[in-house]
Amino acid sequence: MNPGPTTPAFSRRQFLRDGLRLSAVAGAAGLAGAMAGRTQAQTTVWQIDPAKCVRCGNCATKCVLEQSAVKCVHAFDICGYCQLCTGYFEPEPNELTTAAENQQCPTAAIKRTFVEDPYYEYEIDENLCIGCAKCVEGCTRFGNGSLYLQIRHDRCLNCNECAIARTCPGDAFRRVPVTHPYLLKTDTH
Amino acid sequence: MRRLRPSLWLFLLATSGAVAAEHRFPPPEFEAGHKLPITTTPEARALAWQYVDLAVLLGALGLALWLIYRRRSRRGVMWLSIFSLGYFGFYRNGCICAIGTIQNLALGIFDRSYALPLTVLGFFLAPLVVALFGGRAFCAAVCPHGALQDLVLVKPVKVPGWLEHSLGLVPFLFLGAGAAFAATGSAFIICRYDPFVPLFRLSGSMSLIGLGAAFVLVGLFVGRPYCRFLCPYGALLRLAGLVSKWRVRVTPDYCTQCKLCEHACPYGAMREPVAAPTHPEPPARQRRRLAWLLLVLPLAVGGGALVGRQLAPLAARMHPTVALAELYTEHLSSPKKFPPMTPEALSLERAEADPKALLAAAADLRGRFGIASTWFGAWVGLVIVIKLIALSLRPARTDYEPDRGACVACARCFESCPNERVRRGLLPPEALPPRPLPAAPVAMKKA
Repeated sequence: MNPGPTTPAFSRRQFLRDGLRLSAVAGAAGLAGAMAGRTQAQTTVWQIDPAKCVRCGNCATKCVLEQSAVKCVHAFDICGYCQLCTGYFEPEPNELTTAAENQQCPTAAIKRTFVEDPYYEYEIDENLCIGCAKCVEGCTRFGNGSLYLQIRHDRCLNCNECAIARTCPGDAFRRVPVTHPYLLKTDTH
Repeated sequence: MRRLRPSLWLFLLATSGAVAAEHRFPPPEFEAGHKLPITTTPEARALAWQYVDLAVLLGALGLALWLIYRRRSRRGVMWLSIFSLGYFGFYRNGCICAIGTIQNLALGIFDRSYALPLTVLGFFLAPLVVALFGGRAFCAAVCPHGALQDLVLVKPVKVPGWLEHSLGLVPFLFLGAGAAFAATGSAFIICRYDPFVPLFRLSGSMSLIGLGAAFVLVGLFVGRPYCRFLCPYGALLRLAGLVSKWRVRVTPDYCTQCKLCEHACPYGAMREPVAAPTHPEPPARQRRRLAWLLLVLPLAVGGGALVGRQLAPLAARMHPTVALAELYTEHLSSPKKFPPMTPEALSLERAEADPKALLAAAADLRGRFGIASTWFGAWVGLVIVIKLIALSLRPARTDYEPDRGACVACARCFESCPNERVRRGLLPPEALPPRPLPAAPVAMKKA
């Protein structure tokens, strides 16, 4: 004489439940079918268009990562190898040495090495670079524009909504196919 | 360029315009044959890994179902939670998660150019389909958010019914808002205000980490505050759970009416038996109440839609393009001064470069927001009235049983049940109270 758990073996409630479940499953299947074609589309990742970057400095602070995934990269084939690099040195430096007070970079992330007279090579240490774009501003405004910002995909989390993109004053962020994840500057000499 | 004198630099400073004319200096001509280094381009995480994530999700869901229904093991569910917290939480940084995929799907439906990876579709559908058949197994042990809150719970307090019911509406509203903002392509608010992902990443803005810490602190005493009162995906799974084929049953045999499972459930999901009222309400009054509510339903939906439409301009400001267009029009009427090179000044500069395109884009977006927030308003009205209808229905229950929607299948109640303890051999069968007499038929019949 044990009564059923709540209801008789087949009740109106259960009928309703079965019907709703069936339609939900059908809906899910329909959604999967409608969207299946879209899964073939190229997966995308965020990238900065260097032509639109306005070097505002947001990249250093707005990334959800403690250390921004945006770093300065160097197009060596565009670089003039200047002795007085306007990306490396403060405007009107005391002297052209690697002393910290002469440098634009707040973290000394640019390594300056002598190649041959009068050329110097500049390399970015990505572990130090914070993506503040101070060097990019110097190089773009007065130099060849060989220093520029890119999202480094070994660091980027590829958020649904890039926190830097949301605040980018130049509207320079866009999604690019994962097969071509960088928007590199190339030599046009 | 051997040595640029400061004076020459000053000259350059004065002459260089805002437009960057690059390639000012010729490339070097090395005599010693110096080779140029190559700009490195580190690859993103290999795509193959996303299939690993999907496989782990499906495996964990299957394991969760097995642990809940076959093993009925709280310990097993807890260990699976710890694994999920480690893998989906701290290893994968809480990203990819099923909660956020609602937005990808909403954007994918309205923006045909938006790529929707297979993993995203899988993460949206798999837990939902599982919930349609076996309840919220995803919440139980697979979701890292749920796992974190489940594991930090030390002293659960009971949330009063009125608070539980009213806060329980929030996930549905958040679901609607998240889908509306994503569908307009303006923001992923579910991801943006996620309280736990910054904890998983161990980095983020102070306010978000504070929010996460607050949820954890509240979660010490209130079971799963995020899951119950905010999670939009939980709202979907709750609906799926309501119509699920199988459900969590506390007792393997009969209910001894001992109330122990109700005390064991930290999430207020256990429902007590409803005795037949001594003075039953006349059916006519019940019918009249339902008729009233059904009459109110279209009014609430329509009213909500109207209010939503009014709020559209406010919501549209979430989109950076609309925000910039408003700043620009404000700037036209009362010129604004920002220090040079600040993000505000630079974005205003961009607006001034091509105001027509910007204003046109903003107008288009405002139109989309008008539609989206009308729908959102209607959704709010619908959710509230359906909640009222649900509250007005008289449930029929003779035993203690978990609510289909609210139960997250954490498996805590199983061990509390004396009948389950007999089944496991922890209690002699004689210790059980006798089977209760069947309830009076009047309590079973529906009016």
